This record gives sequence, structure tokens and C-alpha cells, in this order.
Amino acid sequence: MLARLGLEPGDEEFYAEQLSGILAHIDRLQELDTDAIPPTAQVVEVANTLREDVPRPGLDQADALANAPSAVDGFFRVPAIQEET
Amino acid sequence: MDWEVVIGMEVHVQPTTRSKMFCGCAVGRLGDPPNSNVCEICLGMPGVLPVINKAAVEACLKTALALGCEIPRHTKFDRKNYMYPDLPKGYQVSQYDLPMSINGFLEVDGRRVRIRRVHLEEDTGKLIHAGDKLHKALESFVDLNRAGVPLMEIVSEPDLRSADEARDYAVALRTLLRTIGASEAEMEKGQLRAEPNISLRRVGSVELGVKTELKNINSFRALHRAILYEMSRQTEVLESGGTVVQETRGWSEAEGRTFAQRSKEFAEDYRYLPDPDLPPLEIDAAWIEELRRALPELPGARRGRLVSQHGLPAADAVLIAADRELADLFEASVAAGAESKPVANWIIGEVAPSGKIPTPEHLADLVKLVTAGSITRDQGREVLMESVETGRLPSDIVREHGFVQMSDESALQVEVEAVMAANPRAVEDYRAGKKQALGALMADLKKRAPQANPRIASDLLLRLLG
Repeated sequence: MLARLGLEPGDEEFYAEQLSGILAHIDRLQELDTDAIPPTAQVVEVANTLREDVPRPGLDQADALANAPSAVDGFFRVPAIQEET
Repeated sequence: MDWEVVIGMEVHVQPTTRSKMFCGCAVGRLGDPPNSNVCEICLGMPGVLPVINKAAVEACLKTALALGCEIPRHTKFDRKNYMYPDLPKGYQVSQYDLPMSINGFLEVDGRRVRIRRVHLEEDTGKLIHAGDKLHKALESFVDLNRAGVPLMEIVSEPDLRSADEARDYAVALRTLLRTIGASEAEMEKGQLRAEPNISLRRVGSVELGVKTELKNINSFRALHRAILYEMSRQTEVLESGGTVVQETRGWSEAEGRTFAQRSKEFAEDYRYLPDPDLPPLEIDAAWIEELRRALPELPGARRGRLVSQHGLPAADAVLIAADRELADLFEASVAAGAESKPVANWIIGEVAPSGKIPTPEHLADLVKLVTAGSITRDQGREVLMESVETGRLPSDIVREHGFVQMSDESALQVEVEAVMAANPRAVEDYRAGKKQALGALMADLKKRAPQANPRIASDLLLRLLG
């Protein structure tokens, strides 16, 4: 599973078409001859963007959990994760 | 037929920082309320921009230098994609093909263990599984306080050949990290997590067997036990004609065994890609030189110097060099005028076990009092304890308590005669050939006259019993 996308009934065809378009575009990109081009990890010409090790306040717990579909006692609540085999 | 164990170690270490790897959230403590050290960045909200913590980078570089690693000029961060609620972004930021450093070594038991790489990444959140443990958990609760906390990953080559060596490797690594101030490296606090990879092969074989990786180990003792357990488990599997399954196994301290946690297929494809939000790092020679100059003397070098310069026995040097605070105390106490071997004895015998560290001036003062025979060793222990608690000079405490070792023979003779008068039976026994009766007499003497110099008193006692 790559992403959890909830689709409304009737939207499937619309998104199927969009996703097919994206995949087709990637196929087109694959046609390019990139043998002579070094791999590019970054497109911006900056390096060493660092911050000093200084803590600053983040979100309080209620705000942190505000977007969660489910929360309890300060925790995010998620469906069971099976860890042991 | 005999099996040889081959062990490689993957160690995750939390560098000492105040804030997280890519955001300004505080690195909290165990027991903080859940989700109280979080922000938009470590919660993986859209549209945020992470920024690299300089202190974490420098801790990693210092560690790399102390391990003799090469530090390539270019390094970058990558996204390791996986779907698991302990990281809400859907990926962990780590380093893939251009790690911060490669090809180092750590000396363990006089042997070099090769280090493959040291890189930086971020920790994940914590999951608590609810529900009936016998069946499947019904739901999980997620605390993201640890998500985004910096971690260094130190990966060794499979150069270790026993549970002892693996434990000694972890201990040596901890000593090194604490010495250079890169991490507190407390295993019990999860600041150092050792994950051994273990496989067996026939003695003499060069090919590696199938390995398992052990997790959930939180003490050096557990590391040792877990490896021994896993060795015997794999031996049993192989000798009964089976094959070892490549998997991650958890260590259960309570049950004293490992159990299958997840098989390799779970972790198949992480689809690593360079993190476009994090510009690469250019580590130039000047930066490395600055960090190298700031490194303290490393434990290995110091151990050697304690022997060559201070004349300590190798065993003492190992114990003292293993802890920078103790080693500093030793050298400063010697510099304050105390003899080196007695200082070492006091540090190993009294200071280290109590965990209470006196000032070097106080320790030197105390050692001088004892070696000069002014107080007994037992009195010295008491004085040391009081000195650490009150912060007062041992000489002052000795004066105040009237702690003086009685070395004067005529004064001692009064005490010895009193002991003999009070224990006629023991005296008789001794004279009748029961030499062990001397112990009872000395014990009584120690009770009556704790300040008595034990060596002179026992000579005197022997003479009077004679």
C-alpha cells in the first residue's frame, strides 16, 4: 500500500484517468536518453543549510491531535498493527 | 562438528542535542506526556520545511573522526519509504548511498573491528499495542515525541566472533562516545541500541551463513545473553538439518529467548530517494580540522599513557580509561601530589563503585593521609564519603573527628593487652595451636581501637602471644 486515499463513489473513473495520464507522462520521460547526464539529487544550488541546536515551542497536545481521525488520552489511535508473525 | 559465530553490529546512538534532527522540538524525556514534543514538521504536515540540526551533524562527524572514518566531502539525506504509523510522513529521513562517513575501525580487546559506515537519521515514534496479547491487538496508540529525534547509525563489518567480543565492542563504543561528548549513550535510556546480526558457519568455512538480526536489547548483559541464546538456537536448527530463516527477532529479557518479529519480505523495498527538502552537506577540510582539534584524548591513547606515563598496571589502566570522568580525576589527583598506584586503587575500589566523585584535591589529600599512615584504610573510606557529601577537605574532617591512626607502640600495647585480658579463651586457644583465634582477637581490637594501625597492632599482638 502506498497511500490511503478515500474516493467518493463515482470519482473512481475521474481519478483513474488522471493517474493514467501521469503514468503515461512518466513513460514518455523514460524515452529520454540520460546516459550522459549525472544523477541529480538536488535542483537548488545551495548546501549546508543548518540550524543551531536551539529548542523552540511546537504544538500543544490538543493542536497536535486536532487533525487525527481518532485520538485517546493524548495518543493518536490507529487500527491494529500486526507485528509478530 | 563445530560452528563459528559471525557477528556484525548495528548500533543506533542518540547524539546529545537539545532539539530534534530537522525541527526545533525539544528532545524530551521518558515520561513526558504523549505528543507534547511535536510540531508541524515532525508530524509530517504538508508544506513544511525541515532544517538540519548542526549539533547533530557535528556529533556524527566527531564520532566518525574518533572511529578513524573517511569523511567524504559530499553527503546528503534520503527518504526511506515505508508505511507504518510510527512515522507519520510515510518515510524516515536517513542516508543511503552517500553516508556521512565510511571505513573506520574500533579497537576491541586489542583487535581492530572494522566500521563500515556512520550516518545520521531520525528516530521514529512509539507505538503501544492495545488489546488481548494472546490474540491480535485491536488498535495501537501512537506517541510521536521521539519521531524526529536525531540518531547516528554505526554499522560494523561482521568482524566479531563471540558474545564476549560483541559486548566488549558495545562497551568500547559507549566509552568512546561518552569521552568525545557525542552521546550520553545510556543503554537503559535507549540512547544506545545495539542490534547484532548473527550467523553461524562451519569452522574453517569462509562463506557467511544466513543471519538473523536481534532487536529490543537494552543492556550489555542482555546483549551477551541474547547472542548466546541465538547461537544455541541456530546451532539446534542447523544440526537438526533445518535452515536458518533470515529475519528480525526480538529479545525477551523476561523469558530469556528470542522470537520471530518480522520476516525480511516486510522490509523489501524502501524506494530510497534523495530528500528534496534537505540541501546536501559539503563537509570541507577546515570544518573537519576544527572538529578534530576539539577532540579530547581518545580512550585507547589514554589507556596507553596511563601505563607508560603513570606506571599503572594494564588492568587498572583499562578500568580508569573507560570513564573519562574517572581518568580526569586520576590524572588531576596525581598532579595534586598523590602517588599514582594508591590513587588508582582508591578510584577503582571506592570512587567507581559508589559513583560519587570527589574533587581531585580532596582525593589527593585523602590518599596522602592513608599512604602516610595517618589514618587507616577503613577510616579513609569514611572520610572520603563524608568529604564527598559535605565538600570538605579530608584533612579537616580527620582533625575534627580526631581520626588519627595509632602507630605509637606503647599506646597500642595498652589496647592489645586490654584485648587479651578480655578474651582469655581466645588467647588460650591460640597458644594451644589454634591459629585462627588470632582473627577474633584482631576483630575485637578493631572494635575497641578503630584508629589502631592494623599492621603494627598485629605484629604486637603476635609478639605478646608469642
